[in-house]
Amino acid sequence: MSQDIRVKKGLNIKLKGQAALTTAASSRSAFYAIKPTDFHGITPKLAVKAGEEVAVGDVVFFSKGNDRIKFTSPVSGIVKEIKRGAKRKVLAIIIEAKSEDQFKDFGTANPLDLDKEAVLEKILESGSFAYVKQRPYDVIANPADSPKAIFVSSFDTAPLGPNYAYALKGKEEAFQAGINALTKLTEGAVNLAVDGSEATFFSKIENANIVNVYGKHPAGNVGTQIAEISPVNQGDRVWSVSPQGVAVIGELFLTGKYNATKLVALAGSQVNNPQYYSLAAGQNIQSLISENAEVNGSRVISGNVLTGTQIGADDFLGFYDNVISVIPEGNEHRFFGWLPFVGSKSIHSASKTSFAWLNPGKEYTLNTSLNGEERALVVTGEMEKVVPLDIYPLQLLKACIANDIEKMENLGIYEVAPEDFALVDYINTSKIEAQQIIRQGLDLMIKEVG
Amino acid sequence: MDFLRKKFDEIRKPFNKGGKFEKFAPAINSIDTLLFVPKHNTHGGAHIRDGVDLKRVMVTVIFALLPAMFFGMYNIGFQHFSQLGESTAILDCMIFGAWKFLPMLLVSYGVGLAIEIAFAVYNQHEVNEGYLVSGMLIPLIMPIDFPLWMLAVSVVFAVFIGKEAFGGTGMNIFNPALIARAFAFFSYAPQMSGDKVWVADASTIDAVSGETILGQLAAGTDTSWSVLDMFLGFIPGSVGETSVLAILIGAAILIFTGVGSWKIMTGTLIGGAAMGLIFNALGINELMNFPWWQHLLVGGFAFGAVFMATDPVSGAQTEKGKWIYGILIGFFAIMIRVFNGAYPEGMMMAILLMNVFAPTIDHYVVAGNIKKRKNRLKAA
Repeated sequence: MSQDIRVKKGLNIKLKGQAALTTAASSRSAFYAIKPTDFHGITPKLAVKAGEEVAVGDVVFFSKGNDRIKFTSPVSGIVKEIKRGAKRKVLAIIIEAKSEDQFKDFGTANPLDLDKEAVLEKILESGSFAYVKQRPYDVIANPADSPKAIFVSSFDTAPLGPNYAYALKGKEEAFQAGINALTKLTEGAVNLAVDGSEATFFSKIENANIVNVYGKHPAGNVGTQIAEISPVNQGDRVWSVSPQGVAVIGELFLTGKYNATKLVALAGSQVNNPQYYSLAAGQNIQSLISENAEVNGSRVISGNVLTGTQIGADDFLGFYDNVISVIPEGNEHRFFGWLPFVGSKSIHSASKTSFAWLNPGKEYTLNTSLNGEERALVVTGEMEKVVPLDIYPLQLLKACIANDIEKMENLGIYEVAPEDFALVDYINTSKIEAQQIIRQGLDLMIKEVG
Repeated sequence: MDFLRKKFDEIRKPFNKGGKFEKFAPAINSIDTLLFVPKHNTHGGAHIRDGVDLKRVMVTVIFALLPAMFFGMYNIGFQHFSQLGESTAILDCMIFGAWKFLPMLLVSYGVGLAIEIAFAVYNQHEVNEGYLVSGMLIPLIMPIDFPLWMLAVSVVFAVFIGKEAFGGTGMNIFNPALIARAFAFFSYAPQMSGDKVWVADASTIDAVSGETILGQLAAGTDTSWSVLDMFLGFIPGSVGETSVLAILIGAAILIFTGVGSWKIMTGTLIGGAAMGLIFNALGINELMNFPWWQHLLVGGFAFGAVFMATDPVSGAQTEKGKWIYGILIGFFAIMIRVFNGAYPEGMMMAILLMNVFAPTIDHYVVAGNIKKRKNRLKAA
């Protein structure tokens, strides 16, 4: 069974430095970190102390709200430091790696032979349940819920987004096993969205409802696909898992090991040879960045340029991130740069007040300049062009700013995640931070409605 | 431009944090941001941003207004000299028009921006660019002999009550430029209406008649202007409103760049034409008999449809709502024009009226979306 979806709205931003489909060797780092801040809404309850030894798959911390949700070590080594911030908030658990990994054995099994509880238990034990996220609220799912469907998007349409078909080459079997495991967790279907314009192994995956998706970014966002296939209503729970997460879960069943190593794209105009590297979640990227990218005057982003997190050049790869983007910082004054059509050659704009539309195929070297200043919301009709969901984005944002819960509910807050508003961040004339506003709105809903 | 930048950084030193004039930072920032796009980087949210900003959008509107403004300046001289039977050489007309119009523009910008900056300093926020457009619109919709001090008072009222009282740019429910005109219209009626004000010096020189086409029609007399004159703009009227051709050039710029909503413009046209057709069918008086398509050419109809109704802040904000909003504006503009003999120009009233109803229109459009969501929940 297969289904077609055409996403009409959206925007593709082409950037210089797309990762080539090659993989270069990367060395093992001396340090790895698990950052509780990667998991929105999770308050960590530590299971280790500084100086303790951990193997791959050993629990590092639990979720304070639900101790079935565990977070495990991606590497074998010794806990070197618990980094804390204001009010003793845990920022990172840093592990000094040993030269070789010992894996904790979770036992192999065929997920299709197991019942729901057994599958769930195994995923929870290994720490790979962190890959299972839920809508509404865009947080880690509650294992006690029974979702009406599970969604996996096998392609990324964001600028400099990784190619999962390439990144998961050789892990096809693990991916299939992961899908098989997911089918046990829902009464509904496991929907696998594949890029309609490209033939990949994803189309041949069994036990999933294959959905061919066509269109511009955010066609690859799982939120766009959920809205088309099975929109989230009040009270619904829908789960989503990233393709790398599916492979991690599959590998767990095939080999009994929790393997957080994945192919990660190093991309962006400041990277010398943009391509893929094999890295573990939480791996230190200092040597990788210093060897392969221009660090001076650059911003290193764990994730893509629209939704990623700014990190230092000596920092760690984020848990969910499959791309590291390095782009130049702005730091420039532009004389009369606000005149219409000025700077069209080097600065992309989706608006026709720039000549950028004459050059749709051009790859831009964009920097981090805000290209203006934050202003009151004036221009209307622009957000609707890049949000394919059946919602009124401007009105929803205003409801979030006003903390008006009833309005937020009515206008579809349950259907959105911050990443669905990433393009609104990009295109809006008033330079408002739409993703942050949506995140605050979702947090308010968690607090008030749950 | 490094030299200029360094010079400016030196000048603004006392305004920076810890400086002597720290409080007045928004004032210097407003000049800084006009000269240079500031070197602000993204922090949180998307790391890259579109090249467009509010200043660029506002300046695009100003560019779109330029044809109407330059023709308006020329027409000031043309109307004046032609009625006196003097030479109407382009240069003479332009110089006369500039001499009459530029003081109005200066007063409008000077007074309006001064208030905006004062509010920004008082509230410690940045100056928004909204007034760049309002400040240009206001003199363009006034009669040319409107005394400057009255213009200044109208601007003060528009910015204070029309805008800042609601929270500044982006929060106002009425179009500020139209508030200025409405204030002037009701406060200084002799200078804003009648048959003496629409051509320069009409009130002081007997040979000059300052009557507009709509004024003549309301008085029940025939008009002596050709349709071509109406289209090109060689007729008496407010400074910027007479030339439909110049306004259409502006409309093309706004529609092409996407800055002005083509839905509102088209809707207004449809609404106006429909009402005009209805009146033509009834045909009771001169104004009703005036051909419907000529209604769209005279008075402030075209100017209002292109530059006033499309104000995104005071207009409807949903795409469906923009159609309804536009159609109703056109509808009411012609209706007020025909029914109210004392006030033949209905565009201003129609737009202000629909400004009030724009949130209601949006409310019902959005309610459709909410209903769809609730039905889905029921079905599930």
